[in-house]
Amino acid sequence: MYSEKVMDHFNNPRNVGEIENASGVGTVGNAKCGDIMRIYLDVDENQIIQDVKFKTFGCGAAVATSSMATELVKGKSVNEALKVTNKAVMEALDGLPPIKVHCSLLAEEAIHAALWDYAEKNGIKIEGLEKPVNDIEEKIEDEDY
Amino acid sequence: MSKLIYLDNAATTKVKDEVLKEMLPYFTEEYGNPSAIYTFAQKTRKAVDTARSQVAELIGATPDEMYFTAGGSESDNWALKATADAYADKGKHIITSKIEHHAILHTCEYLEKKGFEVTYLDVDSEGKISLEELEKAIREDTILISIMAANNEIGTIEPLAEIGRIAHEHGVLFHTDAVQAYGHIPLNVDEMNIDMLSASGHKFGGPKGIGLMYIRKGVKIRSFIHGGAQERSRRAGTHNTTGIIGIGTAAKLAGQDLEKNKAKQEELRNHLIERVLAEIPYSRLNGHKEDRLPGNANFCFRFIEGESLLILLDQLGVCASSGSACTSGSLDPSHVLLAIGLPHEIAHGSLRLTLSEETTLEDIDFVVDELVKIVERLRKMSPLYEDFVNKEKSK
Repeated sequence: MYSEKVMDHFNNPRNVGEIENASGVGTVGNAKCGDIMRIYLDVDENQIIQDVKFKTFGCGAAVATSSMATELVKGKSVNEALKVTNKAVMEALDGLPPIKVHCSLLAEEAIHAALWDYAEKNGIKIEGLEKPVNDIEEKIEDEDY
Repeated sequence: MSKLIYLDNAATTKVKDEVLKEMLPYFTEEYGNPSAIYTFAQKTRKAVDTARSQVAELIGATPDEMYFTAGGSESDNWALKATADAYADKGKHIITSKIEHHAILHTCEYLEKKGFEVTYLDVDSEGKISLEELEKAIREDTILISIMAANNEIGTIEPLAEIGRIAHEHGVLFHTDAVQAYGHIPLNVDEMNIDMLSASGHKFGGPKGIGLMYIRKGVKIRSFIHGGAQERSRRAGTHNTTGIIGIGTAAKLAGQDLEKNKAKQEELRNHLIERVLAEIPYSRLNGHKEDRLPGNANFCFRFIEGESLLILLDQLGVCASSGSACTSGSLDPSHVLLAIGLPHEIAHGSLRLTLSEETTLEDIDFVVDELVKIVERLRKMSPLYEDFVNKEKSK
């Protein structure tokens, strides 16, 4: 069902982890539908993304699209990163099954959410970046397990 | 890939060697149509009769109450639609549960569009219906109660005898979808007051494409497939002789070893459950602890998603299933896990392992050893786990 590239990125995800004191963090998706992505950006003073990390709760495609998205934005300027679309992520993965296309959209939104957070923290405006609507607040209920 | 460890026996089972051996001659040697008059077809006819006795015996029915169908879904459709059709004069109300298989639920939705009213009973956190709720739901115009014998996902066995008694007292027909239970746990249509029962061959060592329906004598439901006079004119179509012989032999074998296989699988399954709950933090067992199918274990692992889990198990040669949205083809996780009260994000992290009589202790131990590592690996990647850990730290 998945391409070799998707399986590769699922099995050996690039850039998994967290960045302490990140320049920007974005979390999108919701646990209800079963996908949550969080992207951490380390952006330098020239607005170049020096490092990027992710964490994802989700299916094989969700993990692979997050991994690929981090690869695509790493080393780019924030303006270039904004132009990384879900289509680009999908193409780089040699395609996704139709039912998994939303995972690539989520990856694009996660990048945007992290960029928005970076812009807000630094009081700058990134041309063409809109406030992410999919940012979520996780509510983890404390249940007895 | 290493050796195959098949733990998805609730999805389908391997055809038993003896079953296949019994079936084979009827493909190429004894291929006569059992409805034919000539001598050549008589052996086939006899084999079909034998199979009918075999499938009847397993549930304490008589052979003339057994009807062969193409599978469990057909039987479920038949039971519901034909009862609705035959008893529409008496009433238009049907009672079922929220955790039924879609063959029941979607058929009920169809009947609702045709003007029937359906009550979907809630289940408790272990997946059991409430007998009081059932009794309260019965109305003057209730014509049918359809409650599954055992749930396909979480394995919970419903209190059939009590449901049957209530249905009987109120003069309402009782159908049970026994697709997961038939051949795995003891069932008796008289002791349990069951009027109709659906079962499927491939869930207990028989072939795919053959199912059966038990219809108690006197229940006046009509034909679902019209055509020839097969199955007492109630289910037309040339007999699927090889399938019928297969399901009959599988029923015979299941009956011979029922208690032994049940005990063996329960022991292995309990070992599996004990190890998982002890070794994987934030895991839970779904379904009833005791009243569950012998081979069924169903877990939720918090902070991770089921499909990822399945892919990693698959790479180790382990076949399993999950109730996550990604495996259901929709955005919602399993209706069964939601019905027992699990929040969406926890329901997404479910794993069902279903054993067979061929499952070994080594298989189980291998799977648990790997599962511990897989869950840890996925949690390391999970933002939900990160938040949880941070929250715990700040406490």
